[in-house]
Amino acid sequence: MSERIPVTELTDGFRDRAEVALADGQLRTNFRTAMDSLMKKRADAFPDEEEREGLRELGNRIKARALSRLPDLLEQLEAKLTDNGVKVHWAETTEQANEIVHGIIQARQGSQVVKGKSMVSEEMEMNDYLAERGVECLESDMGEYIVQLDGEKPSHIIMPAIHKNRSQVSKLFHDKLGVEETDDVNELIQIGRRTLRRKFMEADVGVSGVNFAIAETGTLLLVENEGNGRMSTTAPPVHIAVTGIEKVVENLRDVVPLLSLLTRSALGQPITTYVNMISGPRKADELDGPEEVHLVLLDNGRSGAFADAQMRQTLNCIRCGACMNHCPVYTRVGGHTYGEVYPGPIGKIITPHMVGLHQVPDHPSASSLCGACGDVCPVKIPIPELLQRLRQENVKSPAEGAKVKDGGAKYSRKERLVWRFWRTLNSSPVLYRLFLWGATRFRKLTPKNVGPWTENHTAPVPAKRSLHDLAREHLARNGGQ
Amino acid sequence: MSARSNILNKLRTGLAGSIPRPDDFDERLVTEPWQYAPEDRITRLRNLMEAVHTEIHQVSSDNWPDKVAEILAARNLSNLLHAPATAHGQKLAEYWPKSGSSAQLLAYDRPVEEWKEELFWEVDASITGTVGAIAATGSLVLWPDRHEPRLMSLLPPLHIALLKASQIEDNLYAMMQRQNWSAGLPTNLLLVSGPSKTADIEQVLAYGAHGPKELVVLILEDV
Ligand code: SF4
Repeated sequence: MSERIPVTELTDGFRDRAEVALADGQLRTNFRTAMDSLMKKRADAFPDEEEREGLRELGNRIKARALSRLPDLLEQLEAKLTDNGVKVHWAETTEQANEIVHGIIQARQGSQVVKGKSMVSEEMEMNDYLAERGVECLESDMGEYIVQLDGEKPSHIIMPAIHKNRSQVSKLFHDKLGVEETDDVNELIQIGRRTLRRKFMEADVGVSGVNFAIAETGTLLLVENEGNGRMSTTAPPVHIAVTGIEKVVENLRDVVPLLSLLTRSALGQPITTYVNMISGPRKADELDGPEEVHLVLLDNGRSGAFADAQMRQTLNCIRCGACMNHCPVYTRVGGHTYGEVYPGPIGKIITPHMVGLHQVPDHPSASSLCGACGDVCPVKIPIPELLQRLRQENVKSPAEGAKVKDGGAKYSRKERLVWRFWRTLNSSPVLYRLFLWGATRFRKLTPKNVGPWTENHTAPVPAKRSLHDLAREHLARNGGQ
Repeated sequence: MSARSNILNKLRTGLAGSIPRPDDFDERLVTEPWQYAPEDRITRLRNLMEAVHTEIHQVSSDNWPDKVAEILAARNLSNLLHAPATAHGQKLAEYWPKSGSSAQLLAYDRPVEEWKEELFWEVDASITGTVGAIAATGSLVLWPDRHEPRLMSLLPPLHIALLKASQIEDNLYAMMQRQNWSAGLPTNLLLVSGPSKTADIEQVLAYGAHGPKELVVLILEDV
C-alpha cells in the first residue's frame, strides 16, 4: 500500500503535493468513491429544483443581511450571551485565541480537554498549542480522532478521515490502541466509543465549534450526528466554544433554512441526528451541564475579506463541504494537497485572507473554473468569480497596491513584459502581419520544449498558412462569398 | 486597543456608507413544502425516524408504562433512569411495582458530579419526555430542565422518549412559532432525530457512536 502523506511533513507547494497525490492509487480510489457517493446523496436530498433554488436564494439573502449588519449583530450576540451567563472573548489572531483558551483551562487547573469537531480550532492549531503547555486535547469526532491518532490533519471539513479505508483504520487502532485487527466498521466504531467515553467523563474542559450563533436569543447552534458534540458541551464542567466572527445570524428563524441547506448539502441528510442549541451554562438548580460556558470570537483575516465588498461573499460560507465534494480538482488530489486547514474551493478563497497569498500562491489557479462549486454552494457564493479576482490580485505589481493579504505574490516582471509585447503585437496590424509571416515561414524553429505544457502534450507548431491567408484565398475563389 | 474594538472598528470601516440589507425572510419557503395533513404527520415522522434505526410504538396515553417494561424485558436490561419530578416520571414510578419488571428504577435526582461514574457506565436505559416533534425532518424536540437533565438523553445506551401525538408539528418553523422559542430558550434545547451514528469510516453507517445506540419513541395517542 502506498505511503500516506501527513500534512505536517509537507513543505513543498501545491503542485508537488498534487503530483504525489495523483500517483497514489489508493488515495484516489478512497476519495473518488467517497465524493461520488456524497454527490449522489446531495442530489437525492434536493429532488425539487425550484425548492432548492428558492432556498439557496434565501440562504444567500440571510447571510448577506447578517454581514451587512455584522458589527451590530456581534454586539447584540455578546450582550445576549452575557445576559444568559456566557462569557464572550474576542481574538484578532489565532495566537490570541489560544491564549484565551489556555487561560480558561489554567484558571480551572485543567489538564484534559475533549474537543468536538471544530475547524476554527484547526485554524488555531489548538491541540499543539495546548500540548506544548501540558494540556492534553483529544479529538472526539470519530473521524478527527482517527486522523489525530495517526498524527495527521483532516482532509475534508465534514469527513476528516475520508482519505482512509477500513483496513487502514483497523491497522492504526491495532498499532496505537493494541486491539485486534478487524474489518468490521461497527466494531471499529465501538472501539472508538469505549476509548473516548472515559475521556468525556474525565475531561476538565470541552471545546466545540459553532455552526450558527444567533444574536436574537444568544444561542450557539451546533449540528452533529455522533453525540460527541453533545458530550463535549455537556459532560465537562467547562465548555469553550470557538468560532469565526462571520457565523452570527440575526434571528432564530434564520437558522431554519440555513440548517436545511447545511445538512442536505453536506451529507444529503434532512437533518443531523443532533441539533444542539446552547443558550447558557447550568442554572443554579440544574443537575448537569457545564458550570461555565465561554465563546471565543476569532477574526484571523476575516475582517480583511470583509473589507472588500466582493470578497466579503466568502464569509457567507456555512462550511457544508459541498464545493469540495463536487470539485474535479479536490476529488483527484484530496484535501491534504492543499496543505491548509480549509481545502477545496472554499479553502482557495478563504485561506489567502488568513495566511496571505504568498503562502498559497497556487491556490487560486488550482481550479478548472468549471463552475461546479458555485453551482452547488447552498449560499450562492460565486466561487469561480472570486477565484478569478484572486488570480488578478495574485499577479498585481507592488505599485498597484495589494487588496488581498500579500497580493502580488505571483507578480513577475518578465511575465508582464511578455504580455505587454503580446498586446502591442495584437493591436498593431503591421506588426501582427509581420509576426504571422514569420511564424508560418519559420515554423520549424518552434522550440520542442515549452515548459509544463510539453510535460504532457506535444509542442504546438504554427500551421503552414495562417487562417487569415486561407480566408483571403477562399473569399477570392468564391467571389467574396 | 482591545481585540474587540479593533475587530468592530475594522468591520464598521468596511461597511461605511452602506445601508443594512432589509429583512425579507420568506417563510413560505420553509413552510409550504413541508405541510402534512394531520393524519399524515405520524406516518411521515415514523418513516423518517425508522429509516435511521429508531424504533417507534404507538401506545395509549394510559398504559404506556406497560410498553416500557416490555421494551426493557425484551432486552434484558437491569435498570431505567427516570426523572421523578416530572408528570411522566411520577406516573412511571407509581406504576412500576405493578409492572412486574425486574429492572430497577433509577432517579436522576442529584448533581451529575455525585454519581458521574455510575451515570456513564452503569445505566442501561433512560426515559424522558419531549415537547413535541417535527414531521418534516423526523426530529424530537427535547427541552431539558432541572427536573429532566440533559445527560439523560445522551449517556444511556437506550433512550426511550415519550411523544404526545398532538404535539407533532409540520416543520421546524411552525414549531418555533407555536412554542414562541425566540422569547426564551432553555440552557440546552435539542433536536434528536435518531440514535447516535457516524459514517466516518468509508461512509459506512454505524450506530451508537457516542450517544445512545438505540432510540425508542412511544407516541402517546392523545388525539
Ligand atoms: S463555499 Fe459554499 S459549498 Fe463550499 S463549504 Fe462553503 S457553503 Fe459549502
